[in-house]
Amino acid sequence: MKAKRSIKLTPQTGVMLMLFIVMAVITLTPFISIFLASLRPGKEIMRQGLGLNLDTSVMSFKNYIYLFSGETAYFTWYKNSIIITAVQTVLTLFVSAFVGYGFAMYDFKLKNLLFMCVLFIMMIPMEIIMLPLFQLIIKLKLIDTIWGVILPFVAGPLPIFFFRQYLSGIPKDFLDAGRVDGCTEYGIFFRIVFPLMKPAFAAMGIFVGMNSWNNFLWPMIVLNSKDKLTLPIGLNALITPYGNNYDVLIAGAVFSVVPVIILFLLFQKYFIAGMAAGGVKG
Amino acid sequence: MKLKNWIKSVPYSQKIAPYVFISPFIIVFLVFFVYPVISTVIMSFQKVVPGQTTFVGLDNFKNLLNSDFSKAVKNNLIYTVTTIAVLIPVPLILSVLLDSKKMIGKNSFRAILFLPALVSIVVAGFTFRLIFGELPTALLNSILSNFGVKPIKWLGGPAQWTTFFALLTLCSWRWMGVNIIYYLSGLQSIPTDLYEAAHIDGAGSMQKLRYITIPLLRPVTIYILTISIYGGMAMFLESFMLFNGNRSPGGAGLTIVGYLYRLGWEQANIGYGSAIGLTLLVITLGVNVIMLKYAGLFKKGE
Repeated sequence: MKAKRSIKLTPQTGVMLMLFIVMAVITLTPFISIFLASLRPGKEIMRQGLGLNLDTSVMSFKNYIYLFSGETAYFTWYKNSIIITAVQTVLTLFVSAFVGYGFAMYDFKLKNLLFMCVLFIMMIPMEIIMLPLFQLIIKLKLIDTIWGVILPFVAGPLPIFFFRQYLSGIPKDFLDAGRVDGCTEYGIFFRIVFPLMKPAFAAMGIFVGMNSWNNFLWPMIVLNSKDKLTLPIGLNALITPYGNNYDVLIAGAVFSVVPVIILFLLFQKYFIAGMAAGGVKG
Repeated sequence: MKLKNWIKSVPYSQKIAPYVFISPFIIVFLVFFVYPVISTVIMSFQKVVPGQTTFVGLDNFKNLLNSDFSKAVKNNLIYTVTTIAVLIPVPLILSVLLDSKKMIGKNSFRAILFLPALVSIVVAGFTFRLIFGELPTALLNSILSNFGVKPIKWLGGPAQWTTFFALLTLCSWRWMGVNIIYYLSGLQSIPTDLYEAAHIDGAGSMQKLRYITIPLLRPVTIYILTISIYGGMAMFLESFMLFNGNRSPGGAGLTIVGYLYRLGWEQANIGYGSAIGLTLLVITLGVNVIMLKYAGLFKKGE
């Protein structure tokens, strides 16, 4: 197989290219329009809606300067979001890897039944149980704490599934070699297998982290003190029919998306691996 | 001394270790899933008032036979069907095109189409709310005005299709790139010699698509169908953000979860809310089981 990589611009390629350019423009339009809006006074957005006009006379970085001035609660939300995302990602990865390892490496009674339960939760929308879950969180005194947000989802079905698939590829001889060397069952996991899982952690870390950063409904239900709100909840609270907060809202929205896009561009490979995880059947 | 020995030996034995490994799942599953599901079932037969909860039999379910709830179910069904109709064939074709040897810039387009999935529903929702604004200067109306179309009240306007169009656009924008990635990863697993063999047999590209690509992508399609049904029937935040809250004119954006949210939180009618949750659970499970059975997933084993 010689490299047949000489790109000829055949008519077919041209048509396909056109199609994808149109798709790309449509996809990017909301990003561009919200960015342009962040450079204009909030009142004007309220009056005119989102547009693509480039009237430079009204454009400035004033909204961002105001945002960074620290007069708003924006950076408190930012800090809270970072904390929740970090804690949730680390805990979920750790717990799910632990569980996934159990499913991948051992045979035990009820294994299949329990694994069916993992698949079953994947098919149930969380919204169905949010009422009793909310009452439970109150009973457990976890309301208005980050633990109330994190703990119910700490053994994530998708990460467990993903780690199990990933670990199934590791030969079991590794475990026996570890046992011969005097490792305990847990020693094998922590010393031998854990280091082998780095790529899987990267993919799932990004997947879990992104969902956590953008999570809205459940945190909104659990958290209610003003100083505990996360970015999506805080931004949502700024949306009022009067539009008096649009300066902070739109600049803040843009600034909440930017770090995620930068991370995506840097670690695209892992993002895609994490995303595709769900689609790959075992 | 005995206890100490026990702690030292038993959890470390090869028989017990697997249960230790999966214990976090078992605990979370029982506490944060099984328990809430059971209490949903119980509460759905109760009138829950702090201090005096009474059993009311099927009253909550009888109440469900009202116009609001059926409107919500209808909205979710239309949304689910239309999103599936768009978000399966289009990503399938786009990913096949992206994967073809004649395409250039594959990775860049894949990355661009994926970008919307990075945005939280809050930001995406109000951006689309402004794009679909009813003012003549709002983005979509201003584009359409170039073609002589009068400004349309997209969200909750007199014609119902405009609301669905906005919801469908938002949903397609967010999930197109994700589904393309699912299909692209599925395409990688199709052995190339199949195409070569077909080529030798004189198959054209349409025939290859029909007889090789689409059948072999079936597991991915089934997966996307499953999550689309799940997401479509539980859709709430898209509508919540587009309409800036849980109230929409004439219930144009009312959804099952939105109705649950309204009764459970806004009106603190927990029994009734639970009945809605249980109904949604049965609908989702039922549709999925029928779908999976129809798709023959159970037959294949594993």
